[in-house]
Amino acid sequence: MLKDENRIFTNLYGMHDRTLKGAQARGHWDGTGAIIKKGRDWIINEMKASGLRGRGGAGFPTGLKWSFMPKESDGRPAYLVVNADESEPGTCKDREIMRHDPHTLIEGCLIASFAMNANACYIYIRGEYIREKEALQAAIDECYEAGLVGPNAAKSGWPFDIYLTHGAGAYICGEETALLESLEGKKGMPRMKPPFPAGAGLYGCPTTVNNVESIAVVPTILRRGGDWFAGMGRPNNAGTKLFAISGHVNNPCVVEEEMSISFEELIEKHCGGIRGGWDNLKAVIPGGSSVPCVRGENMRDAVMDFDALKEKGSSLGTAAVIVMDNSTDMIKAIWRLSKFYKHESCGQCTPCREGTGWMMRVMARLVEGNASVEEIDMLLDVTKQVEGHTICALGDAAAWPIQGLIKNFRDEIEDRIKDKRMAGMAAE
Amino acid sequence: MLRRLYHDQPETFAFTPDNQKWAEAQMKKFPEGREASAIIPILWRAQEQEGWLSRPAIEHVAAMLDLAYIRALEVASFYFMFQLQPVGSVAHIQVCGTLSCMICGAEDLIGVCQDKIADKAHALSADGKFSWEEVECLGSCANAPMAQIGKDYYEDLTAERLGEIIDELAAGRVPTPGPQNGRFAAEPLKGLTSLKGYDSGKTKFNASAQLATDIGDTVKRIDGTEVPLLAPWVKDTKAAPSPKAKATKTTPKTEKPKAAKKAPAKKAAPKPQAAAAEVQPATLKAPRQGGADDLKKISGVGPKLEGVLNDLGFWHFDQIAKWTADEIAWVDSRLKFKGRIARDNWMAQAADLAKAK
Repeated sequence: MLKDENRIFTNLYGMHDRTLKGAQARGHWDGTGAIIKKGRDWIINEMKASGLRGRGGAGFPTGLKWSFMPKESDGRPAYLVVNADESEPGTCKDREIMRHDPHTLIEGCLIASFAMNANACYIYIRGEYIREKEALQAAIDECYEAGLVGPNAAKSGWPFDIYLTHGAGAYICGEETALLESLEGKKGMPRMKPPFPAGAGLYGCPTTVNNVESIAVVPTILRRGGDWFAGMGRPNNAGTKLFAISGHVNNPCVVEEEMSISFEELIEKHCGGIRGGWDNLKAVIPGGSSVPCVRGENMRDAVMDFDALKEKGSSLGTAAVIVMDNSTDMIKAIWRLSKFYKHESCGQCTPCREGTGWMMRVMARLVEGNASVEEIDMLLDVTKQVEGHTICALGDAAAWPIQGLIKNFRDEIEDRIKDKRMAGMAAE
Repeated sequence: MLRRLYHDQPETFAFTPDNQKWAEAQMKKFPEGREASAIIPILWRAQEQEGWLSRPAIEHVAAMLDLAYIRALEVASFYFMFQLQPVGSVAHIQVCGTLSCMICGAEDLIGVCQDKIADKAHALSADGKFSWEEVECLGSCANAPMAQIGKDYYEDLTAERLGEIIDELAAGRVPTPGPQNGRFAAEPLKGLTSLKGYDSGKTKFNASAQLATDIGDTVKRIDGTEVPLLAPWVKDTKAAPSPKAKATKTTPKTEKPKAAKKAPAKKAAPKPQAAAAEVQPATLKAPRQGGADDLKKISGVGPKLEGVLNDLGFWHFDQIAKWTADEIAWVDSRLKFKGRIARDNWMAQAADLAKAK
């Protein structure tokens, strides 16, 4: 188990002093100006050495992403945009950072902005997080007052402004280009890539969009060294990670753990075990609603990191672990996710707009068993038609849970269809 | 889901003066010529003020931001948090129904809403106090099942507890938000498994519940006076919100001294224009023996308004319950917001609370 001294979010539950003073007492905002004075290249190299992969779901190396930003400005300003639109079902980790340890994020924003030549940073928080918005804004106000951000941020000589703005309940705005559209005051409809945001993002200027957790871990990594961070977890899956465990465990929680922890250890150490014991475990969605589910018996020995879960036919995603025991109707569970994607499709691309509704309706019939067995393959075929044929990844995200269901629980779907047919025949 | 404007629209919309200042400060977060980026926060403030988003409100915001009306309408209809029809006068209850909550019992919570409020989502309850809807994941999955009521999350709910919360709100009380099963935040229920060295127990509530209890505006219609306007990003001194931002910056952040400082000024200002129909009600110099009542229990009264009422000489529910129409006019012109007393029906609430004592 990860030791407390290696945890980055030392006030994750907010039990300790949440103010700037409290954060400083825990070691945040320590020598920030000196870190910045070490220069852009040093910061980016250290981030690359740390092996940090983006915490928003895709797992793209953060240091590499930063290095795509133009070295010299062509007259346009550069922006850092922090994606705090935490809406992936199962995911509730960034909320804890923003309301309880907000100074990790603000300090990270300053350092990251400097590293990408940006004098302004926008944090886009989901609209429903109203108190989290207030808590984070209060922390930003504190930093302005203390001179940690502003014209000479943390005495580094770097002028830096940080702005908090919010959305209004659209999952799609967690997609980086939809987020930029929404930030510009428009409907959150994703943009075609290329151009990538690093070339033309917010207001047509070079922009990097990072997840809250990716940015919030930066100051501690730079203070303790990239090697320290890289020393945790397996190679290529470095560091610590916030896991959010929900569903049928005895004690659901959000907890910071070392990457590559085994699923069993994670559940036993922090969640008090599976409700009703390990034999009662039916399925796990290990990385938020968009990733395929894994059968319980395959999950017990799973290693919680990007590469290992890929081998299991799933993904670490946002490390939002949804645990389902034998009382769960798996078909209904996946139908609920289909309903979610249908609700959240922005309507821009036809395969997604029409496909999500179609998939939800077929799933609803499968829940009832009111279908024929051939329709399972037809549904699988349609998910393949949606996947990869849309501007953004929402189409893929809607397709994968259904593919995971059919791959892992096909027998259950078939049984239900047969039962329904038998019941119908008996009634006649 | 079809999202259309409501058939019955009010005539006009205007921000309260403080909300207007707040909105202007938001526009300054964006580069020159990009002020329209602030549309979502400003539409949201319009909804916070009125409870829902009417056509005049959307038009007003569009005009403020120099946008074509259709640009504002498409934003209002795209984002699901914008309520395009009236909601319950006390609260609109949003139950999370997505997977983690569903498998932890959200369907039972929806059942409670159907029983207690209305069969269909977005319909008003018989007394007009409540409405409800099922929403998609609210991002509090480790505290499932949960619901958002007004500004706040009520987490770790049971059907029984949600029923109690609705009853309390109907009676004019606001239960403390946050986990309802004794948890602090998102830590394991059975005790900390990490960060034990930081278990100082210094704060009573987690950050969200603390703000909710400090500001006391969970289900309040927001008028901008709840918290001082801070806008440290505003730099040019010509701008309207700037002096205010600077002034508030130097004062300590606690609410009370501000309320006390402001109240006398407000008391003095409306006097010359006091209309004939205003009659001063009986006031007290200090609360009676046994201490003042908690006027914040009246829906619509926050810590700030309570301070103003105290300054005017009102300390007890029965004082408020006795106001006549002329006396309401007197109080109304000394508070910042016209019509508030009647709109939130303070009198009936105060009468109930006085009886309950």
